[in-house]
Amino acid sequence: MPPEPLLAVEHLTTVFDTAGGAVPAVNDVSFEIRAGETLGLVGESGSGKSVTALSIMRLVQPPGRIAGGRLLFKGRDLLTVDDREMQRLRGAQIALIFQEPMTALNPVFRVGAQLAETLMVHGRATRREAKAQAIELLRAVRIANPEAHAADYPHQLSGGMRQRVLIAMALACQPSLVIADEPTTALDVTIQAEILELLREMKSALDLSLLLITHDLGVIAETADRVAVMYAGRVVETGPVREIFGNPGHPYTRGLLASMPGSRPGQRLLAIEGAVPRLGDLPSGCAFNPRCPDRFDPCTTTPPPDYPAGPAHTAKCYLHDHNLKPAFRNLKFSDAAG
Amino acid sequence: MPLVEVSHLVKTFTRSAGWLRPGTRVAAVDDVSFSIDQGETFGLVGESGSGKTTTGRCMLRLIEPSSGEVRFRGEDVLAFRKRRLRLARRDMQIVFQDPYSSLNPRMRARAIVEEPLIIHQLGARAERQARVAELFDLVGLNPAHLDRYPRQFSGGQRQRIGLARALALNPSFVILDEPVSALDVSVQAQVINLLMDLQARLHLTYLFIAHDLRLVEHVCSRVAVMFRGKIVELGPTASLFSAPQHPYTRALLSAIPIPDPDAPRQRLVLDPASVNRDAALREISAGHFAAV
Repeated sequence: MPPEPLLAVEHLTTVFDTAGGAVPAVNDVSFEIRAGETLGLVGESGSGKSVTALSIMRLVQPPGRIAGGRLLFKGRDLLTVDDREMQRLRGAQIALIFQEPMTALNPVFRVGAQLAETLMVHGRATRREAKAQAIELLRAVRIANPEAHAADYPHQLSGGMRQRVLIAMALACQPSLVIADEPTTALDVTIQAEILELLREMKSALDLSLLLITHDLGVIAETADRVAVMYAGRVVETGPVREIFGNPGHPYTRGLLASMPGSRPGQRLLAIEGAVPRLGDLPSGCAFNPRCPDRFDPCTTTPPPDYPAGPAHTAKCYLHDHNLKPAFRNLKFSDAAG
Repeated sequence: MPLVEVSHLVKTFTRSAGWLRPGTRVAAVDDVSFSIDQGETFGLVGESGSGKTTTGRCMLRLIEPSSGEVRFRGEDVLAFRKRRLRLARRDMQIVFQDPYSSLNPRMRARAIVEEPLIIHQLGARAERQARVAELFDLVGLNPAHLDRYPRQFSGGQRQRIGLARALALNPSFVILDEPVSALDVSVQAQVINLLMDLQARLHLTYLFIAHDLRLVEHVCSRVAVMFRGKIVELGPTASLFSAPQHPYTRALLSAIPIPDPDAPRQRLVLDPASVNRDAALREISAGHFAAV
C-alpha cells in the first residue's frame, strides 16, 4: 500500500461571489502530494492554479470563498482547524513562495530583520539567536556574503537574490510542504535555472514536498515528479511526469505540447484554436470542447469524469471511455489561425 | 543592399544626481551594429536590461539615440527632420509586448485601427472604413466585432488588433517587441503562425525582439545576442544555436528548460570574469560573429 499522502486535496471547490452568482474558480479539484515529491501544477491564466494554492493556505480573500471539499494535511482537514491553529501551520508546516518577490517582501525592513522576525514569530529563535540564524539561512540559499546582504533592503537586491530571500523565509521554520506559485516567471532564464536548481537542492536536503505552480512545461519537465494539468478550474489530467510528456491523455495537454516551438524551425506551429474561456461563461460539458479537435457527442453535454489513461495516470476525457469509443481515433490538431 | 542597417548605435541614459550622489551615465545600448535583409526575420535576444528594447525604439526614433547611424533603404533615419520622419514611419512600424496596456481602452477597435490612417491623412472616410474592415479580416478578426472595446477581446485578439494597426499604413518593416510573451501559452502559437503568414503574404521584414530562445529559433533566420548593451554574438540561427561561441550565449542556451523529462541536461554557468567586455566581434564561420 502506498504511504499516506502528505496533503490530499479532495473535491476542493472555491467560488467567487459576483452579481451574476457564484463563479467557481476551482471546481471539484482533487490531487495528492506525497512526502518528498514535487507535484507540478500546470495551467494558463484563469485555470485556477493560483486560487488552488491560496485555498490550501486558507488565504482566499472575499469575494472568494472555499465552498466545499477537504484539505487533508497529515490526516487533518485544514478546513476544520480554527484560525489560530491555521496561523500556526502557515509557515511552520506549509510555506508559500510567491511569483513577485518585490511585493512579497516588506520594502521598509532589512531582509535579515524580516527573516529574523519570521523565526521569532514562530518561536524558532529568541531575538538574540534570530539574527545569527537569519544569516545562516541566507548562506543556505547561496547568497554570497550573507552578513553584508542581511543589512540590505529588498530594493538593493537583484530579482534573483530577492527570490532566494523568499525561499530562505519559506524554509525558515522547516515546513514539510512548500507551495511555489510561479517562482521563476518574473526572472530571466539564467536566473530561473539557478532558482530551480536551488529549489531541487533544498527539497532533497530538507526532505520537503513541493507544489510547483507554473504555466511553463519546460520548468515542469525539469522539476516535477508528477503533474496535474488544470484547465478552466478543473484538473483535467494527472500522472507521472514521463507519462504526461510521453503519453499525454487529454487533448488539451497534447495540444500544449504540440504547440511548443522547437522541432521544425520556420514551419507553422500546431496551434490550439480559440481562447481560454472566461470562468463566468464556461461552455457546457467539457470546458475544452469548443477548442478540441476530437470533440464528439458526449463532450458538449456532461463534464467527463476521470478515466484511466496509463499507469497512475488519469484524464478527464471521453476518448478514454471504451464503451463510448471502440478505439482511439487518430488525433489531429488543427493548425488554423483561429 | 540590406533594408535596415544599424551602425555603432549608442544610447546613454543619465541617472540623475541624488542627494550626495553625482549623476552617472549608463550606456543602455553600447556600439551596436547589425543589418537586416529584405524579407528576413532578424532576432534580437537578451535578458532584461540587455538593451534589446531600447535598440528597437532607437531605430524608429521613439527614443532618440545618443550617436550612431540607422539607415533605412540607404537613407539616414537619424538625419530626418520631423516631416520626413513621419513619412518614414509609414514604412516602419512596431507592435508592442502588452496588448492589455498598449491599446486605448476608451477607443473602439475600429478607431484604434483607423487612427494611423487619419494621422497620415490617407483616404476619405469611406476608403478608410473599407481598409479597416480589410485589415480586420487580414489578421483573423471578425469584422462584426469592429465596434467592440479592447476589454471585450481576449489577449490574443488584442494582439491581432495591435498588428492590424501596425499594418494599416502598409509598412515594409515591422519591429515585433516581445509580441507573444504576454499571451497564454495556448494562444501564442496562433499569433506566431499569423505573423509568419502575414510576412509571406505582405513581404514583410521583421525585427523580432524576444527573450524566449525557443521562439526565436523557430521564427528567425538570423539572430543577435545582446548582453549588457552590446551584441556579443550574431549569426545564422542554425549555426548560432548548434555551435554557440560566446560564453554568455552558451550559458543562455543551456539555461532554457527543455520540455522533455528525459532530455540530457548540462547547464553552463557564466563566469563574468570570462567575458572580455572589450572584445570585438570577429567572424567564426560564414556570417557567424562572436566577441571572443
